[in-house]
Amino acid sequence: MTRELLRFATAGSVDDGKSTLIGRLLHDSGSVADDQLAAVERASRGEQVDLSLLTDGLRAEREQGITIDVAYRYFSTPRRSFVVADTPGHLQYTRNMVTGASTADLAIVLVDARKGLVEQSRRHAFVATLLRVPHLVVAVNKMDLVDWSQDVFERIRDDVERFAAKLEVHDLTLVPVSALQGDNVVERSAHMPWYEGPTLLHHLENVHVAGDRNLIDARFPVQYVIRPQSASHPDYRGYAGTVASGVFKPGDEVLVLPSGLTTRIAAIDTADGPVAEAFPPMAVTLRLEDDLDVSRGDLVCRPHNAPAVTQDLEAMVCWLSDRPLEPGRKLALKHTTRWARAVVKDVRYGVDVDTLHRREVDGLALNDIGRVVLRTTVPVLADPYRRNRATGGFVLVDEATNVTVGAGMVVEHG
Amino acid sequence: MTTVRQVRGPEYRLSQLDVLEAEAVHIMREVVAELARPVLLFSGGKDSILLLHLARKAFWPGRIPFPVLHVDTGHNFAEVLAFRDRLVAEFDVQLIVASVPEALARGLVAELPDGTRNRLQTPVLLDALEKHRFDAAFGGARRDEDKARAKERVFSFRDEFGQWDPRNQRPELWSLYNGRVHLGESIRVFPLSNWTELDVWHYVLREGIALPELYFAAEREVVDRAGMLYAVGEVLRPRPGEEPFRTSVRYRTVGDADLTAAVPSTATTLEEIIAETRVARVTERGATRGDDRFSEAAMEDRKREGYF
Repeated sequence: MTRELLRFATAGSVDDGKSTLIGRLLHDSGSVADDQLAAVERASRGEQVDLSLLTDGLRAEREQGITIDVAYRYFSTPRRSFVVADTPGHLQYTRNMVTGASTADLAIVLVDARKGLVEQSRRHAFVATLLRVPHLVVAVNKMDLVDWSQDVFERIRDDVERFAAKLEVHDLTLVPVSALQGDNVVERSAHMPWYEGPTLLHHLENVHVAGDRNLIDARFPVQYVIRPQSASHPDYRGYAGTVASGVFKPGDEVLVLPSGLTTRIAAIDTADGPVAEAFPPMAVTLRLEDDLDVSRGDLVCRPHNAPAVTQDLEAMVCWLSDRPLEPGRKLALKHTTRWARAVVKDVRYGVDVDTLHRREVDGLALNDIGRVVLRTTVPVLADPYRRNRATGGFVLVDEATNVTVGAGMVVEHG
Repeated sequence: MTTVRQVRGPEYRLSQLDVLEAEAVHIMREVVAELARPVLLFSGGKDSILLLHLARKAFWPGRIPFPVLHVDTGHNFAEVLAFRDRLVAEFDVQLIVASVPEALARGLVAELPDGTRNRLQTPVLLDALEKHRFDAAFGGARRDEDKARAKERVFSFRDEFGQWDPRNQRPELWSLYNGRVHLGESIRVFPLSNWTELDVWHYVLREGIALPELYFAAEREVVDRAGMLYAVGEVLRPRPGEEPFRTSVRYRTVGDADLTAAVPSTATTLEEIIAETRVARVTERGATRGDDRFSEAAMEDRKREGYF
């Protein structure tokens, strides 16, 4: 079984039909079991089966009539397996969207054909590009309610393209759909002969994602040191971790940070035997030729291609907590496998996600996004996020409550 | 001399099983690196057996650096207990058994009117976690199993009462897991979060992982109870009016003998199980768990109390 895995996030505002769309994808791709469908049929009101109920979540949510958190769904076709991060649009939208988008290869932003590109849709598109989700799909839903109008679709397409021009969107696709009736979700629409593009599922199955990974910059954050000290392996010392980017081979000359010492890779081990090369997202164990003092939080890279070793970080931060972020605040910061303490030196500006204009702010409130300057207690080994999602992203954690309160993306380093 | 493997597909692509394996290994290493006292919750089911195999891979050539905890309800299949003991010996891990019958005897829990013990596991589990001061517990739960699980984090925070609060989960970004806890608090960790039932079976086949015989079809003596087939044994006795009969069945999940139903099947090999699973029209838990049928929110409620 050599299917590829595609992770995608979906975002939409209230009543855009996002749950129906996901229900439709699951249902029409044959991924809904009979007992699930029977439960949905029982709960549906009216003649049509309400597919949105397929993704209906917790009792806590039904009681409040809201969706509170990201839900993960799974389905597969003969071509690919899909992990869907279903991010609710209203409550704590940035927090949910950022969480779902952080691991996504592709983001689907839903737009209601009757309403066009609203503030929420712009926000979702902005967050998806800020998190550098490589592929953006705008699904223009409820085409059945605008008489399958090509004019309506093209007007929205123009709006989207104008807005996308201000963002760094590398791959943008628009699909006119009716999640309720199934048009252009899995099956081609008979109602919209003017649309010549792929159906949504066809696009998900065929979009080229292998080239999205960074295979240039070799980065290996050391996660755990394996030293069995056993009879069979008395002197074994291996550095376990997940390849963040680039390709490693035995014999490669490598630089270990932050110590700055160089050595060569002696072998790349796995429990199934040594491998000839390691690339993302393989979890392997490196053995080095020289006996260096390497520990968790260190990073193995190439001598002439290294991240910055810095205590000063300049980053775009999405704030996920009720208590605002203000200059002077001290936080715990986790970057790759390394923890540091950080102090907020400055909040340079906030971003108005509608206009994308900068605005002057004193701090960042819940769901705000802004540019922040941090100083850390120990060096972090960081790349710009735009170059490397794995070594450019970090989380901020409240030291008193231990709750994750911020998501940061390194802009440049000082 | 071992040969060096070439794992690269075209364009440095990994298959979905390799991606899922790497993710699980990463998660396990992260927990061991950051938490003081992890433990692996072992049920005897395929998912927890898979966890043990992944733990071996994560720390090879070292030993698995944490013990295994089994909550023994006294209603387990005898075969599963024997399998557990063999596995523990093979992997050279410490086994801790938290016993429900023993907890009944000392009054920690009381027998329920219907005699089932699934719900009694929660206080016994929490008691054992507290007694051994475990601050992280690996579980084999998958998000595709249940809608309450679909919303749970990979690192799932529990307060000092072991409770899960779905409204108060930590955002989980990239692969930066936040395992920070105060004394008495803990996290449950689910390395198989993104695996589906079919992924598990494909991986078991690929890796040649041994499973208890219960997972394979055989002629067994069963009774039909509310449309589900339960194997007759020491724990499950036919009730008045129930006519035991013999038919070929297998188990899709393995829990308590009096709560886990078998499914009609003739699949005696992994390939045949995969073929059946591929066309199965009923979910794993829906087909086999009496306990999940009580209400739409059965799993959510049990999780809030501190269940696996």
